[in-house]
Amino acid sequence: MIPLSAYVALSAILFMTGLIGVLIRRNFIIVLMSVEIMLNAANINLVAFSHYLNSMAGQMSALFIIAVAAAEAAIGLAIIIVIFRGKMATNVDQINILKW
Amino acid sequence: MMWLLFIYFATVSLVAGVLTVSLRNAVHCAMALLTLLLHMAGLFVMLNAEFLAMVQIIVYAGAILILYLFVLMLMNLKTEEQHLHKKHSYVLFASIGLLAELLILLMLSPYGGTLGTATPEVILNTGPSHAVGITMFSDYLLLFEIVGIFLLGAVIGAIVLAKTPPKTDNQEPANTPTVS
Repeated sequence: MIPLSAYVALSAILFMTGLIGVLIRRNFIIVLMSVEIMLNAANINLVAFSHYLNSMAGQMSALFIIAVAAAEAAIGLAIIIVIFRGKMATNVDQINILKW
Repeated sequence: MMWLLFIYFATVSLVAGVLTVSLRNAVHCAMALLTLLLHMAGLFVMLNAEFLAMVQIIVYAGAILILYLFVLMLMNLKTEEQHLHKKHSYVLFASIGLLAELLILLMLSPYGGTLGTATPEVILNTGPSHAVGITMFSDYLLLFEIVGIFLLGAVIGAIVLAKTPPKTDNQEPANTPTVS
């Protein structure tokens, strides 16, 4: 039987991988992909706790997280297309109009 | 056997995650993300969440990732020389330190909690999709409706954002933000 801590450790490592991706990548699309990695790490955590605590609440939360991730991808990619049309830039350090 | 499967799925998803954030070509990153999502679905099956695994494959790998690939193809990006920020090594070291502390804290903390009623035997009696459906349409009905309205709003927002701005005058420069 696999202990719960294995899943939690896997989820923590994956979450940090996604966080590093958000912080170090320049391409906006890959930043969004890293956010997807972080959401998936949260999902695996929720499902693992749901299995080990004999409850369905974690699986429900994971389903709703998937729905939110779909909405986030749609909106994020639409924003990327608008920015790309205006500035021809997809790097996050070139998009600095709001920078103080 | 379970350990073997877990080690396989965990290793491949970790490697795919690292490749997703480190590969140079954006399409290769998307392919690594696809590998990660499929192996995540395998982990869900190991945790008795078969319905969620199918949703993961259909929604994530089938819809969201295709959306990413379509946008990548529309933009036709060339592979860049510098794909990371200039000072990324500081972030990398800080994050690895943070990860080590996080893992130590997780290993030290107890994982207790009150057990629910949905034991694997109960779920396997009726089937995982049945259990998910009964729970979703009884306890989480309001949340389900809210997510429906939320998705509708997201779809309308995406269409409004990404639609082509109407042609007005020839005097106007092409890159004025006409989308409101």
